[in-house]
Amino acid sequence: MTMAAPVTRKVRERRETRQVLYVRLAVIFAFVAIWEFLSRSGWFFADIIPSLVSIAQALFRLLVNPAFWANLQVTLLEAAAALCIGTIAGVVVGILLGANRFLGAAFEPYLYYFSPTPRIILFPIMIMWFGVGLASKIALGALASFFAVALSTAAGMRQIDKVIIRVGRSFRATPWQMATKIYLPAMRIPVLTGIRLGLGNALITVLLAETKLSNQGLGYMVNTIYQRFDIPTLYALLIIVFIIAGACNAVLGYVARRAR
Amino acid sequence: MRIAAVAERRAPLTATRWFPLTVGALTIVAVGVIFEVLLRIGVLNRYIIPLPSEVLAAFERIVAEEGVIERTGTSAFEVLSAGFACIAVGVPLGVLLYRFNILRRALEDWVAALAAAPIVLAYPLFMVLFGRGSMTVIVIAFAYGLAPIVLKTVEGLSETRSVLVNVGKSLNLSEAQMFWKILFPSAIPSIFTGIRLGWTFCVIAVIGVEFLVNLGGLGQLINDLAERYDMPGTYASIGFVIGISMIFFIILEWVEKWLQPAR
Repeated sequence: MTMAAPVTRKVRERRETRQVLYVRLAVIFAFVAIWEFLSRSGWFFADIIPSLVSIAQALFRLLVNPAFWANLQVTLLEAAAALCIGTIAGVVVGILLGANRFLGAAFEPYLYYFSPTPRIILFPIMIMWFGVGLASKIALGALASFFAVALSTAAGMRQIDKVIIRVGRSFRATPWQMATKIYLPAMRIPVLTGIRLGLGNALITVLLAETKLSNQGLGYMVNTIYQRFDIPTLYALLIIVFIIAGACNAVLGYVARRAR
Repeated sequence: MRIAAVAERRAPLTATRWFPLTVGALTIVAVGVIFEVLLRIGVLNRYIIPLPSEVLAAFERIVAEEGVIERTGTSAFEVLSAGFACIAVGVPLGVLLYRFNILRRALEDWVAALAAAPIVLAYPLFMVLFGRGSMTVIVIAFAYGLAPIVLKTVEGLSETRSVLVNVGKSLNLSEAQMFWKILFPSAIPSIFTGIRLGWTFCVIAVIGVEFLVNLGGLGQLINDLAERYDMPGTYASIGFVIGISMIFFIILEWVEKWLQPAR
């Protein structure tokens, strides 16, 4: 009798897992079928909805093209540099705002309401300040990631257990020791959450800036492919960019889970 | 005694919400004044950074000559069209995912992945599909703003307090009555949080795409002025867009707080 309930639950869970798989397969199948139907229907101009086979071929061509890897390298370099700068600045500002209640009350609302505004519109200013090369994209990406990290760090700073802070002070820790031994380890989770959000912001902002004005990077590739009207390759490139963004997000999510 | 009296007088002022905010605003003004001085004495380059006084003066010009009000109307129309479409599709989709648990388990992660995907980057593709017009902007904003509304609707319905559901069951409510009388009202605060997030994404997408494609409202204005190398105008229009966006977010947040149940 006592064994019956867990067994029934297990059977039900297994059945539900199978049903979830079927639903997912059905959705994928429906998507593929509708796509192929639209592709062959003639309702759209040729190539606007290319067949999935031609997208797969374009994907393969893209992956064996050295120019793709060179552009990918540029974009990742820009995003990484932007994230580093944005994270360092964001953690410093976040600690200051989180540690001092008055500073937090004075400046955090401005950061909070400024953070969701569309950052890409600052690109003309970045071009004027840093030129048309990589630096302007890095600066814009850094700005995009800064807000997420700063706000997350400030919130994390306020959540630190006061006892830990008192322990550090009772050991007469220097400000540097307090920052590296007490504050940062205690608020690693919110900082990592901020970095995760910041990475997404930095990557998309860098890519968009590249589509606007650049001569290298994946955003530049998106733009040139669009101008050539090579739609299968455009789909293929966007699929790759989405996968890269998802992978970056998943890796940082994994790191954040490990840190708990 | 005097020190204590002064401290007593000062404490309430610094403790108010407005005093730190005013200090923050004055700091921003002070930074503007420092830039003005540095630019006037030639430490900073006036071709790269315009005088803050010129930027302030440009506000009047962009309102009078660049049709900021009409452009704000165009952008607002696009944001609201996409935003209401997100609600019209997102809330029923969220209800559907809540109602059918298998569907939720199968698709919720995919919807979350959609929320994190850089959809705006696909704007060339949307232009191919929907042409170079407002429709493209609205569709991109819709795609960008949909996921948070779906996810928060599911979350809100799932987190309905069991005591409320039990009251509904004890009154023998039908499934429709249970939804309209218990589940949906209880989920409204969470749904509105989703709407706030979704509409924020819509604003980002609309202004961003207008700027990138040089099409439509306020985003196009920034692009136009930058291409004309009208630096004070560019800075003023960016400031205007940031200000308008901030007011929009503050209003959304205010409504969201108003909808939260009293604790």
